[in-house]
Amino acid sequence: MLWACVLLPRLALDGVLRRQPSNETTKLDPPLALITGPAQKRVLLDANASARAAGLYPGQPLLAAQALLPDFIAIAHDPRQDHRLRRFLAAWAYRYSSMVSLEGEDAIVLEVQGSLGLFGPWPRLERLLRDDLRRLGFQHRIAVAPTPLAACVLAAAQDGLALTETTHLRSALGRVPIRDARVDETTVATLAAMGLHKLRQLFTLPRAALARRLGPSLLAHMDRLVGDSPDPRELYRPPDAFIERIELHYEISHHPALLFPLRRLVNDLAAYLAGRDGGVQRFTLVLEHDRQSGDAETTRREVPAETDVVVGLLGAERDPARLFDLARARLERTSIPAPVRALRLVARELPPFVPAGRDLFDARPAQALPWDALRERLRARLGGDALYQLHVEHDPRPEQAQSRANPMASSKWPVSENRLPPRPAWLLARPMPLRDHHLKVLAGPERIESGWWDGGDVRRDYYVVQTSLGQRAWAFLPAGSSDGAWMLHGWFA
Amino acid sequence: MAAVQAIDFLLRDPRVWRGQDNPPPPPSRHATGFTALDGALPAGGWPEASLVEILFSADGLGELSLLLPTLAALSTDDRPVLVIAPPYRVYAPAWQAAGLQLSKLHVLDANPKDALWAMEQALRAGCCGAVLGWPMQADDNSLRRLQVAAETGQTPGFAFRPMGALANPSPAALRLSLRGTDSHPELRILKCRGALPPSRPIPFHPYPRH
Repeated sequence: MLWACVLLPRLALDGVLRRQPSNETTKLDPPLALITGPAQKRVLLDANASARAAGLYPGQPLLAAQALLPDFIAIAHDPRQDHRLRRFLAAWAYRYSSMVSLEGEDAIVLEVQGSLGLFGPWPRLERLLRDDLRRLGFQHRIAVAPTPLAACVLAAAQDGLALTETTHLRSALGRVPIRDARVDETTVATLAAMGLHKLRQLFTLPRAALARRLGPSLLAHMDRLVGDSPDPRELYRPPDAFIERIELHYEISHHPALLFPLRRLVNDLAAYLAGRDGGVQRFTLVLEHDRQSGDAETTRREVPAETDVVVGLLGAERDPARLFDLARARLERTSIPAPVRALRLVARELPPFVPAGRDLFDARPAQALPWDALRERLRARLGGDALYQLHVEHDPRPEQAQSRANPMASSKWPVSENRLPPRPAWLLARPMPLRDHHLKVLAGPERIESGWWDGGDVRRDYYVVQTSLGQRAWAFLPAGSSDGAWMLHGWFA
Repeated sequence: MAAVQAIDFLLRDPRVWRGQDNPPPPPSRHATGFTALDGALPAGGWPEASLVEILFSADGLGELSLLLPTLAALSTDDRPVLVIAPPYRVYAPAWQAAGLQLSKLHVLDANPKDALWAMEQALRAGCCGAVLGWPMQADDNSLRRLQVAAETGQTPGFAFRPMGALANPSPAALRLSLRGTDSHPELRILKCRGALPPSRPIPFHPYPRH
C-alpha cells in the first residue's frame, strides 16, 4: 500500500481567507489575523501575508499586535469550522481514493496505490491533487510513503517527497527531528532531556529498554511509522447530505455581495458531488439573519431568524456553473428582509447523476443549451409553476376538459378519441359577457350539461358566432333560452 | 444615330446593375400548410431560423390556425414547442385536434418583461422546435434581439403583436398582418426577406368547417 498525505499547515487561516473576496488586481489583501485563547490572554493563531509583513506573527499577544498595526481584521478562531473543513477536504479526497482518513488536526491521508491505475502515475495524480487544492484555496504539502504516518511526517519535512520503497523508509525518517514525528509532547521533552533529537538515534536504541522507560505507546507509534505493525484507521465515509456554512464578517443586505460566498458554496457542493459521483436535485440556501443588531425599525418588524431559498431541479445536476446560475436566479428573486450574517447550503436530495448523452456529430449553434437546462433556467427565474404541460381530460365541461401536467410524471399521454364539434384554440379563464348586436350564428347549439354531482353544475348551449369585427368566437347561452346575454368563452384563433 | 448594340453586350458592362441578382432563398422545410401563402412566400414556407412577426387586429381571426399545421408537423419531431405568455388559456383539446402532440407542447406563463427574456433565452438555446410568444412590451430594440437570438439558435420564432405596431419598422424576416372583415379575415404579407411583398391580400380560410 502506498499512502499520500495532504498536510494543511494553515488550515484555519485558509478557511477564513477563502471566504474573503480577494483583490484580483493588486493581490494585496487587507491584513487579517486569527485570534485564539481565553478572553484575558488573547494571542494570534495565524496571520495572512500582509499582516506578517507588518510584523505580526503566530503566538503574539493580541495587544502587542494591535500596538504594531492599529487596524487589522481580527477574527476569532472557531475549532468547529476547522473540523468542518477537514470533513469537506476528506469528501474532496474521496474522489481520488476509496480509503481516506483524517490524521490529527491538520492532515488527510489517502491510499493511492489503487488509484494510480486510474489517475496515471503518481506525478500526474499529484498534479491533480495540487490543482484542486489550489482552486479550493488551501495551502498544502504533499508526500507519499508506504505507511500513512510516515507520509505525514515526511510531508512536514519535505514537500513533494515520494517514497515508494520500504527499504529507504528508515533512512529517510532518520533525518527527521523527533518533535516532528507526531509523538506526544511530554515524550518529546523526555527524549530531548535524554539527548535524543533525531529519529535515527531512536531507531538504534534497544527496544526493551525504550519500552521500560517510556511505555509501550512510543514503540507502537514507531512500529506504525516504519510499517512493522499494521496501522488500522477509521476510514472516512461520505455523509449522505451536504451541509456547508459560511459566516460573513460583515452584514450584507444586497444581492450582489452575496454572490461571492454563494459561488464558493456552490463550487464546494460541486466538488463534493463529483467525489460521490452523484448529482443534486434540490438544495436549500439558508440566509441567517442577525436579530440583535440593526436599527430599531427592523427589530420591531419581527425579523425572521432565517430565510430559506429553495432551488429545485427536475433532474439531477452537478455542473458548478449551471448550479450557480440557477441558485443566483432564485436568490435574486428573493427579497432579503434583514442583513445577512451567514449563508448555509443544505443539500439532502442527492440522486445518482447520469450525464446526458450527446450525439458526437451533433451540429449545434455556439450558445446552444439542451432543453433540460433551458427548462431549469426558465423555472429558476419564473418559478416552478410557470412552465407546464397540458393533458386532455374526459370531461365534457370546457373548464375541466384539460389539466396541467407535472412535467416529470407524464410518461403516458392519453389521446382522446371523442368526436366533439370543433373546439376553440383559446379558452377564456372565465366566461365574460359578449356585447355585440350583429352576432352571426355559424354553428350550434351544442348542449353541454354536466357536473351536477360535484357542484360544478353546467347547463349551457354553445354556439360558434362571428362578431362584427370578423372574429370567430365560442359563446354560450343558458340552456334552453334562444336569446339573451351571450357569454364569451373562447376564440377560434 | 448610334449603332445598334446587342443587349448582351450592354449587360456585360460591369457598370450596369441588375436588380434581381440575389439568389432565391433555399426552399423552406416548414411549409405553412396553406397553399396560397406558401406560394406567396419566397422560400415556399416559413423562413428558417428567424423571427416571424404576426400583427392581428383582434383575437379570434385565425392567428393560431395560421401556425397550427406547422406546429403539428414540428411536434412529431423530438423537439419541444414552447408557448410563452399566451393571452388566454391554451385549450388543449383544440390543439390536439389540430394534430399537435401534447407531449411536446410546453406553456410558460410570464409577465411582459419576463416574456421577452424567456423568448430570447428559448430562441438562443436552439433546442426548441418553435417558440411562440406574445411580447406585449416589445420595442424595435427587443425585437431585434429576438431576431438575432433566432438566427443564433437556428430556431423559428413567432411573435404575435397588436396591429398598433404596424407603423413601427420591424427587424423580423417576415411580417404578416391579419385584419378582420365581414366575410373572412384578410391576410397580408407586409415584409418578407428575399422578395417584394405581394400587394394583394392572400386568400386565407383558417377555420375548421362548422
